[in-house]
This record gives sequence, structure tokens and C-alpha cells, in this order.
Amino acid sequence: MAGAALLGSATAVPMLARAQAKTVKIGVLHPVTGALAFSGTQCRAGATLAIADINAAGGIKSLDGMKIEAVLGDAQSSPETGASEVERMNDAGVSAIVGAYGSAICLATTQAAAKYNLPHVVDVGVADAIVERGLKNTFRFGPGYKVCTEIGLDNLHALNQQAGGVAKTVMIVHEESLFGTGTAQILQARLPALGFEVKKVVKHANPTRDFNNIALRIKAVNPDILIAANYYNEYALLVRTMQAQQIRPKAIYSVLGGAASSFKFLKEFPQAAQYVIDCNHWFNPKDPRVAPLRKRAEAAGFFFTYELFCTYTATMLLADSLERAKSADRAKIIDALSASTFSNHFMPYGPTKFVNGQNTGARPLVTQVLNNDIKVVFPPEYREAAAVFPIPRA
Amino acid sequence: MKLQHTVIAVVAVLGAFALAPVVISSGFLLSLLIMVLLTTLMAQAWNILGGFGGQLSFGHAAFFGTGAYAMAILQVHAGLNAWLALVLALAASAILGAVIGGLAFRYGLRGSYFSLVTLAIAELLRILANAVPFTGAGVGIQLPLHASLSSLQFADKTGYLYFLLAFVAIGFALSLWLRHSRFGAYLLATRDSESSAQALGINVQRIKLLATAISAFLMGVAGVFYVQYFQYIDPGIAYGTAFSVQALVAAVIGGTATVFGPLLGALALQILGELTRNLMGGAPGVSLVIYGALLVLMVMFFPRGVAGVLKKR
Amino acid sequence: MFDPSIIWASVLNGLTTGAIYALIALGLTLIYGVLHIVNFAHGSALMVAMYGVYFLFVKAHVDPYMALPLMIAAMFAFGYLLQRVVIARAARGNEQSVLLVTLGISIVLTNLALFAFKSDTNTIDTPYSLQTVDILGAAIALPKVVAFFGALAVAALLLVLINWTSLGRAIRAVSREQRGARVVGIDVERIYALSFGIGLACLGAAACFLLPAYYVNPQVGDDFVLIAFTIVVLGGMGSFMGALWGGLIIGVVESLGGLWFGDSLGQMGIFLLFVAVLAFRPQGMFGRKGA
Repeated sequence: MAGAALLGSATAVPMLARAQAKTVKIGVLHPVTGALAFSGTQCRAGATLAIADINAAGGIKSLDGMKIEAVLGDAQSSPETGASEVERMNDAGVSAIVGAYGSAICLATTQAAAKYNLPHVVDVGVADAIVERGLKNTFRFGPGYKVCTEIGLDNLHALNQQAGGVAKTVMIVHEESLFGTGTAQILQARLPALGFEVKKVVKHANPTRDFNNIALRIKAVNPDILIAANYYNEYALLVRTMQAQQIRPKAIYSVLGGAASSFKFLKEFPQAAQYVIDCNHWFNPKDPRVAPLRKRAEAAGFFFTYELFCTYTATMLLADSLERAKSADRAKIIDALSASTFSNHFMPYGPTKFVNGQNTGARPLVTQVLNNDIKVVFPPEYREAAAVFPIPRA
Repeated sequence: MKLQHTVIAVVAVLGAFALAPVVISSGFLLSLLIMVLLTTLMAQAWNILGGFGGQLSFGHAAFFGTGAYAMAILQVHAGLNAWLALVLALAASAILGAVIGGLAFRYGLRGSYFSLVTLAIAELLRILANAVPFTGAGVGIQLPLHASLSSLQFADKTGYLYFLLAFVAIGFALSLWLRHSRFGAYLLATRDSESSAQALGINVQRIKLLATAISAFLMGVAGVFYVQYFQYIDPGIAYGTAFSVQALVAAVIGGTATVFGPLLGALALQILGELTRNLMGGAPGVSLVIYGALLVLMVMFFPRGVAGVLKKR
Repeated sequence: MFDPSIIWASVLNGLTTGAIYALIALGLTLIYGVLHIVNFAHGSALMVAMYGVYFLFVKAHVDPYMALPLMIAAMFAFGYLLQRVVIARAARGNEQSVLLVTLGISIVLTNLALFAFKSDTNTIDTPYSLQTVDILGAAIALPKVVAFFGALAVAALLLVLINWTSLGRAIRAVSREQRGARVVGIDVERIYALSFGIGLACLGAAACFLLPAYYVNPQVGDDFVLIAFTIVVLGGMGSFMGALWGGLIIGVVESLGGLWFGDSLGQMGIFLLFVAVLAFRPQGMFGRKGA
């Protein structure tokens, strides 16, 4: 079987022969080792859970119940390894790829896949450059950081208006790479128009070993709202340091905050996490499929984080396209994805519609940590609880 | 003569690589070959300073990153033609090499001290690249996709392979030159005993400076290639420890101060990497554990590298 | 510009962070000074030590500070065995080989941790983790203050060991002149192993001081090791005082630089310092010329 796979790449195998194979192969490519290992592992878990669910429900029905076979790949947290894995998966005869979490990695993998017209569903990768290069094979199911920031801003404005406009000053703390810097730029540009004064913007490295200095500056500036855009480790350290230094702004607001809507953070630091608001990838809280999936993930030892459910739903999208395409042929899958109206998912995106590779319905939700749980506070159609803004003084 | 045999062997190897795109149609194998050639180039670069020169650089990424960033910045921000940018980028790497070489050796930094200084310089360049706007700071720089010869981007792998091969050929030529020239002899003499070399009248500072510049030039090519091939560069990729380590390990495993060492080391590493990467059902970390363990074992049993093993036969 | 109280707090933060850097660098510089090897595995060893402290806390409920003697002893043993059994045997004295061996060990350790503990970031929550101490108006995190004094104490102990014991004398002899030391009957291999053990023991202490205020994951060692290398170069390779002062100075420079230039550029302060030292005193602050 392995020999046939290798041979299949070196010579032209008729599509008919491939369809007669027992399974349809999907590449699952994530950085499961290296700096992004935690997120990559979570993503991979999401994909494998989804594939297990699809197969258990009867596989791809339009292909006579053919099962999906995952071809796992490790991008080792580096773009060139990601691209190399795409090559390997291509040779192994995958019909599509789902991955690769990190923006820089996604840039390389989608490009490598494009050379073979191999459909690539992007699960997280929030950099908008990913879908702005005109690649026909790239489809991002979730929102990019521009959309997340815009919606985050709108909601912050709405919350503030509701509370009587008590918050006037803002301080932004962001990580130095693509998503942090991009998010901060948009925030800085738009906040003044919404009536906020941006008093200070602080950029920090990945990793940052100590947030005491930044905490000092937050104390000095004493903003009404602290906006944070960074990864899990740094976010957690920042918020803990603020707690230790007893810095209590009127709100801690994040856009794509690393730990702000993470069950793991909540479990480990319930006190520091209280009242934190995040505008981030989130599931539709009213969908009944979420709770059992969460239980299964936690039973398997995985926190129910955004990486997991984003990749889960991205894989579901791919399976749906396989159904519509009625074939494992790459070009047909690309056509099916382009025309997809997939709505049988638990993300708050509504029916899918791809324009230039971006799902236009994709959007983040705004959550807040309330009563030791994470609840959606905005928009109204998904709201589970009323937002607490500003944070009550103890 | 030994030299003639070696030259024939080099030409044969280069020819085999040149024929590869014609015979192989597997994208995976071709991209593997390209990665082997890239690693070979980096190892050749490192070998010039480290193998022949005996100055073990732990921060060769400094030259890789400078070549890469110069290439990206000149094309994206200055709008220069890719080939012109190429020349300038390589010049930048070489100049950086000369500066570091000049300073380091003028102040008598050698041995492990030199190694650590190069490591620190690479790390500091990374911090700098992260902070400064014209490198795109943490965001990095993306090269617009434009496959044409004039923009030094190729529609398929063959073009990239030949581009690399040309420079690997230069690397081979340089290695041959070092083994059979007076400059090379001076360099080796400096490596073996600096004081003796100096006593013989060799200008060790100048020799080491030149060796660093040449080594940096070749490493800069690798950086330029990376940008053209992947169309993206950021501080971590450019100046991170990954490429410094790769260049060093490939050169040492292959056998330092040899002509074929870099290629053999590159082959060994890539094959090892591929074999171990997807072992154990994809359990993260296991493959790299084996990789690291094999590294240690190789050093224990084959200290002269693969080339050393082959020579004994 | 900046409030004096903020500058004061920043300096104190820098000193406390710098003390930890110094402790890590001390081990590194000792190993370099005696064995003349650059221990690439230092970062991974720190990570191993931190996991040790973590599990002692989580499974055996041993407070990190209580765990100090145990961790120091354990890391000492680990270092001794590593040098005796693996490094010495594999390297056979060849400098290039040692490079590769410590590199290989570093890869093995990091990925064993990744395999065993997955990539999760783990923290411990002690009752004093979030307490602060008021020092003349600056609120400094308690774990950091403890770390400062702890690191100084360990450094002082090391100083005593090196300068006033017969073992210390042997270590100094081997580091100065290995062949001569052998001639006078010193068991050089044993001294090598002991020194490596002591170097790693410093990491055991550093881990105990670090964990209450920080976190642990398989990559955590890399965060510190590059700074440690820079400090060793700055302070002078093999120089004890250099590592100590270098660590403290770098900590303060990083902190103040972060305040003035913004944290990303803050590391630039270290860069400038490094360049200045290289230009005016290339052997490092306390190093010997031509080392």
C-alpha cells in the first residue's frame, strides 16, 4: 500500500484508481513540536476528533461511505518544515490539507499546496495576508485579525456607552509579532474616533520573562481600560503580575487574548481571570453539540480551547465539501469549497460563503469570565449573560 | 593527482543533482533535494571558517539573516530589481563578515570565546530586527509572489534547484581552492597553531578576516535563497539559532575541512530528520529524541564525521 | 520623564531578575572555566530542574524553597553523571565533539520533556506567589526578593567553596593548568565531573527561585540560556565575579532599557552594553586577556 502511494506520485494515476482506494486521505498539518507545540497539539486533537466523528457517522456518504484517513504532519513550528510536510502529503496522495495554526507557517504551507492545486483549509492563522495573495486553493473558515479587532472595538464602544461612557483612557500591551502588531495598529487608528484616548502602547517580546516593568508603567499611566493582544504564556504572566501589584483598571479587554478566554487559565488562576473580557474565536453557546464534544475532549485529556474547536469545525467544513464534490479529486473539492454554504456547524458564522478564500460569515464572539465560567456577552443573539462593565471595585 | 580525482568527483555529483529534475517527478523528493542543497551550502559556508579556519562560529545565522533581510528589504522597500538586490545583499553579508572577523580577531577573541560572541551577535541582531520598523519588526517581510526570472522566483522547483546548485558549485570550488592553495595552507596553519603561523610570517589577522568574509558571503546566499523560495522572512527565522545549529552540525557530522563533508553531513541530517520525524505515530518529541541521541552516538563512534569514515575504507 | 519612584522600582526589579540570570550564568561560567566547554545543554538542564521543582510541589507538596537542598543535590548528581558517563566518554577531549554532544543532550532532554509532559505550560500557585514587599516605596514581588537574596547566598557559598576549600583549590588548579594539575596528582576527570555537577547544582537552586514567579514548559530553558551566554561573555569567560556582576548589571540594564525604549527595544540596552564592552574591554569585565 505504501509502495503504491509512492508510485502514485511519481506516475500519473488515473482518478478512477484513486477513488477505488479504501479511504480518502486528508493531511492534518500542525506544529506539534517546537515553540507552538501546545497549540499545534490542540489543533491536531480537534482534527482527529472530527475525523473520528465523521467516520463513526458513516464516512462520506456521497462516496459510498468511504472513511477519511488522517495523514498526520508535524510542521515543527517552522515554515520550511511545514512546506516540506506539504510535499510529503502531496506524494502520499492526500486530497486536501487542514492546518497549520501559525500564520507564518500557513503562509508557507498554503503556497506549497497551491503548486499542486491542493485544497488547503486554514484552521486558525489569523494574518490577513494568508487570504490576500490570490491563491485559489486557500480557504480560511475562521476570522482574520482585522475582523476580530473591528468587532472587538465596536463591542468595547457599545459596552462603554451602556455604562455611561465611564471609560476614557486606554493602554495597549501587545506582543511583537504579526498578530499583536497588526491588532495594535488597527486599535490605535480607530479608538480615538470612538471617543477613547490611547495613552500608551507597549510592545513586548516573545517570550517575555518578566512583566513587572510593564506593570509599573500600567500603574503610572493608570488607564481605564487595558487592552492586551498576546499569546497564552505572556498574557497569563501579565495578568498575574497586575494582580500581584494590585493594578485594577476598569476593564481588561483583549482582542485575540492568549489566555483571556481559556479554560486552562481559568482553572489555574481563577482570581486573576475574573471579569476579563475577550474578543476571540468562540463556539455558539446555544448549540447542543458543544457540551458533549467538550466532555469528550476533556476526557481525552485536552482543554477545550479555541485551537481544538476551530480545527474541529474546519475539518467538518472539509468533510462537507467532500460530500458536495462527490469525489476525492482536488479540483472538484476546490470548486465545492468555493461554492460551499456549509451551515451544519457550531460556530457563530451562519452559512459559509467564501470570497477570495475568506469565509465572510466568520466572526469572533465577545466573552467574559463570570462566576468562574466563560460566558458570551456579545452580540445579543449569542449572549449568555450580561457583561459586567466596569469591573466592580471590591 | 588527488586534485584531479576530487574535481572529477565534484563534477559528477553536481551533474547528478543537475539531472535530478529530469528523472524525478516526485515533488517531495525534489524539495528534499533542495533542502539538502541548502543545508550543504550553509555547511560549506560554516566549514570555511570553522573547518578550515578552526574558528567555530555558533552564530552563523547572523550572515544568513542579513543576506535574507537585505534581499527582502531592497526588493520590497527600495523596489530594486531582484538581481541587483542579490548582489547588494551578498555584499552586505560579506561586509558584516569582514567587520565581525576584523573586530573579533583584532581583539584576540578566539576559541570558545569567539563562538559565544558570534552566538551573542546573532541573538542581538534578532532583537534588533524585532524592534526596528524597516525590517517589519516582529511582523517580518513578505515578498510578493511573482514567478519570473527577472524577479528571481521560479514557477517550479527546477529553477530553484539550479540556482542553488550554481552556488553549491561555487562552494565546492572554494573548498577545493582552500585545500590546494597557499591561502588555504595559511588558513590551516593558523587553525593548527596560530603562534607558529605568526612566527612563520603569516598575517593571521588578515587571513582570518578574509575567511570570515568568504564564509559570510556563502551563508548570505543561503539567506537570499530562503527569501526567494519561501517569500517570507521574520526575525526568528533569519537570526534564530536553528540555521546556526544546522550549518554547524551538518559540517561537523560530515567531516570538517573536507570537500565533501558538507554534502555528506547535509544528506545525513536530512535523511535522519525525515526518517525520525514521523515515527511513533506522530507522538511529539520522540523523533527528535532519537535525532539527538543519534547525534551523540555519532560523535562517540565517528568523530571524524562521515567523510572520515568513508576515507578509511 | 519618569517618576523617580518608577525608576527605583524598575532598578529593583532589574536587580532581582538579574540575580537569577547571575545564578544561571555562574553555573555556565564555572563549567567553562574548568572544563573549557560551552555547555549547550545548560538551558535544557534548567528546564529539567524546573520540572523537578514543579513535580515536587504538585505531587509531594514540597514548597519550592524547602526543596532547595534536594534540588541542589539532585542536579549535582545529574550533572556529575552526565559529565562522567556521557560527555567525557563521547567527547574524548575534542572540543568540536563536546559541542555536538552537549547539543545532542539538549535536544534529547527538551524533547523527552515534550514527550513526557506534552507542551502544556504549568505554573504553581503558592500562598506567597502574589505577595509584594514594600522597599522604600516600590512594591516588589516577594518571590523575586527571595530570589535575590537566595542567589546571592548561593553565590557566596560557591565563592567560599572555590577559594577556601581544598576541593576549590583543586578546581582552580585544573582550570588554570590541567596538565600541571594532573602531574601533581589531582584526579582531573573527577574534578571535571564535580565541576559540571556544581554548575548544574546552581541551576537546581535557580529553578527553586524561579518557579514561584514564572512557569515551566519544555521550551523554558531556551528563554534564559541566551541571556546567560551573553552574561558570561560580558563578565569574562570563567570569571565568577563577572557572572555575578554581569547578571545584576544586565538585569538592571534590561529593566531600565525597557522603561525608556519600550520593552522590545529594551533589550537593545543589552546590545549597546555588549558592544561597548567588546570595544573597550573585549575579554569581558573581569576576564583575563587571551583566555
